[in-house]
Amino acid sequence: MGFQGLDFYNLDDELHEDERLVRDNVRRFVDERIEPIIGKHYEAGTFPKELISEFADLGLLGANLEGYGCAGMGAVAYGLAMQELERGDSGLRSFASVQGSLAMYPIWAFGSEEQKQRYLPGMARGEIIGCFGLTEPDYGSHANGMITKAERVPGGYRINGVKRWITNGDLCQVAVVWAKLDDVVHGFLVPRGTPGFSTHKIDDKWSLRASVTSELFFEDCVVGEDALLPGVRGMRGPLSCLSQARYGISWGVIGAAMGCYETALNYAKDRKQFSRPIAGYQLVQQKLVTMATEITKAQCLTLRLGRLKEAGKVRPAQISMAKRNNVHMALEAARAARDILGGNGITYAYSPGRHMMNLETVYTYEGTHDIHTLIVGQDLTGLAAFE
Amino acid sequence: MKILVPVKRVADPDNANKVKVSADGARVTSEGLEWKLNPFDEYAVEAALRLNENGASGEKLGEVIIVSLGPDEVQTTIRQPLAMGADRGIHVKADDAELDSTVVAKVLAALVAQEKPDLVLMGKQAVDGDSNTAGQVLAELLGWPMATFAMAIETADGGKTLTIGREVDTGVLTLKVTPPAVVTVDLRIVAPGSVRNGVTPDAHKYGEGARYASLKGIMAAKKKAIDVRTLADLGVTDGAVVTYTKFERPPARTGSVRFVESAQELVQRLKTEAKVL
Ligand SMILES: Cc1cc2nc3c(=O)[nH]c(=O)nc-3n(C[C@H](O)[C@H](O)[C@H](O)COP(=O)(O)OP(=O)(O)OC[C@H]3O[C@@H](n4cnc5c(N)ncnc54)[C@H](O)[C@@H]3O)c2cc1C
Repeated sequence: MGFQGLDFYNLDDELHEDERLVRDNVRRFVDERIEPIIGKHYEAGTFPKELISEFADLGLLGANLEGYGCAGMGAVAYGLAMQELERGDSGLRSFASVQGSLAMYPIWAFGSEEQKQRYLPGMARGEIIGCFGLTEPDYGSHANGMITKAERVPGGYRINGVKRWITNGDLCQVAVVWAKLDDVVHGFLVPRGTPGFSTHKIDDKWSLRASVTSELFFEDCVVGEDALLPGVRGMRGPLSCLSQARYGISWGVIGAAMGCYETALNYAKDRKQFSRPIAGYQLVQQKLVTMATEITKAQCLTLRLGRLKEAGKVRPAQISMAKRNNVHMALEAARAARDILGGNGITYAYSPGRHMMNLETVYTYEGTHDIHTLIVGQDLTGLAAFE
Repeated sequence: MKILVPVKRVADPDNANKVKVSADGARVTSEGLEWKLNPFDEYAVEAALRLNENGASGEKLGEVIIVSLGPDEVQTTIRQPLAMGADRGIHVKADDAELDSTVVAKVLAALVAQEKPDLVLMGKQAVDGDSNTAGQVLAELLGWPMATFAMAIETADGGKTLTIGREVDTGVLTLKVTPPAVVTVDLRIVAPGSVRNGVTPDAHKYGEGARYASLKGIMAAKKKAIDVRTLADLGVTDGAVVTYTKFERPPARTGSVRFVESAQELVQRLKTEAKVL
């Protein structure tokens, strides 16, 4: 029996037909193609490259972009696709988020027509993988302090600096790199193979193990004039990409939470201790009720957020509230599910432990939980607690 | 080829426990059920798409028309095959209670007269009523050749003749039919090499099972036409010939699942406890 999901408030009634079709088809894909292999990949610390072409065939890469071979889905349909993918694994959802929201989106939004033609169709087909280099070893939350630098040279730019924690770094054929040119942040498209550009995979991690995370090195790396993204200057560039990706995350983690809830519920109904199913004990019920309630609240929040986005009315602080709330919710749900599974909860045979470890990354990347607190805090009070 | 594929929505078999019988036992109530495309019909859609395409290049070789009978909600059931790649849909409005295999077959026969397909490709049965009769009745009404339980379909001449493999107890029975014809399909029709149309290169690998509707396919399906007809439009005025007298739930299962350590222990317990050996 496949994944059922949780719909305590009949939110299905609020979805359009095409949105349900997206959800159901991606759900079946995750059941059939991801669930059987993901545990092994996680354990081995490998990304299932063989799925890239299947992601592309399904239209998951750049799904919410218009034209250039992309599906042009609405925000809610796109969110539901991310939800289903992350029920499989946060690492695989991250792959799709980075490709679509962080690599394709800036080219689509800020690239020249020539850059779009050159990269986007191949990226939608999964033949060109992209990554997004913003974070540096010494500048994480404080990304605008970055020290990666671009200088004008005859015919182009010379880039120097290091980016760290870059998803898809070792898989990529093109890196979207944010660097300061005359002290202002600009985006550059750096193809793999450009002299002076190299990557190094970070292997010693216990979270997001089925996703590739890397360091990018730029040592006197010279790129042509046509590498610069002409349409944006300053932090608005990377931040607008992050808004897209954070929106997807706020849906994605609901999938991870629902996966944990379903596993815990089924386990608790089967597992007997003191000759009764543990699901019959009040303390276990309280955990399940809290999970179901928090998932339902997150669903309502996110559906509304999606409709705002579709209407072109969404504000970044609203996305921050959803990212902050939902990731925290999912992490708590994963921990509770891990607990309900007892000793089995720490094995690879059950997904909540894996989701729990993955969600520690999701809590931190794309703006940490606390940074989103500060963003919403600033929005509410008009006073910035950070730069 | 022009292929007509009738599809039915059925209560999600994964949620069979939600199926309720009305208090008077007169019918199965459909409130709160989740609906799914009948799996065998989904396989028929997949087989029709494979017959009518070059699987390697994606080039289309003919038209696939989806038809479903039922209330307005069946348009959702039609939309999934359209998203998988079928060309257009026909919705024949009807109350579920008005329908049985005979009414369905008469409606399909009337549509065949209008659409003149080369092939009606259908699931061998719907997993709700499990009647396994609509295809057979339709072939009889049309006077067309019929092949049921197809697990392989092959053509080398663009569909002028079809070679059909049917799984039977002793092996595979091979039939040759000359369209127009009615073919009903079994589970194995969606194995990777079950459908060969002489155009898709043999080296092309289909997946196991029906294809997913891609996100692009879902967007494209929003724009595909679904024509709406009524039973009266199609001249089908006779009611159902099958009437249901009573529905009841199977008795609740008693006993519990026991786990045994070995085959020996199982045999021992079947002898001594269950006393069935
Ligand atoms: C697996 C993985 C994949 C990633 N993928 C990418 C990617 O593809 N591209 C990319 O550019 N980056 C990526 N990142 C980086 C990620 O976005 C950063 O890790 C994140 O922004 C936090 O930065 P940091 O790790 O330097 O932590 P820090 O910024 O040093 O934060 C440490 C702690 O300090 C807190 N803190 C910081 N500033 C303040 C403040 N002003 N007030 C209160 N508390 C504060 C934080 O909330 C946090 O709790 C990835 C990270 C991981 C782990």
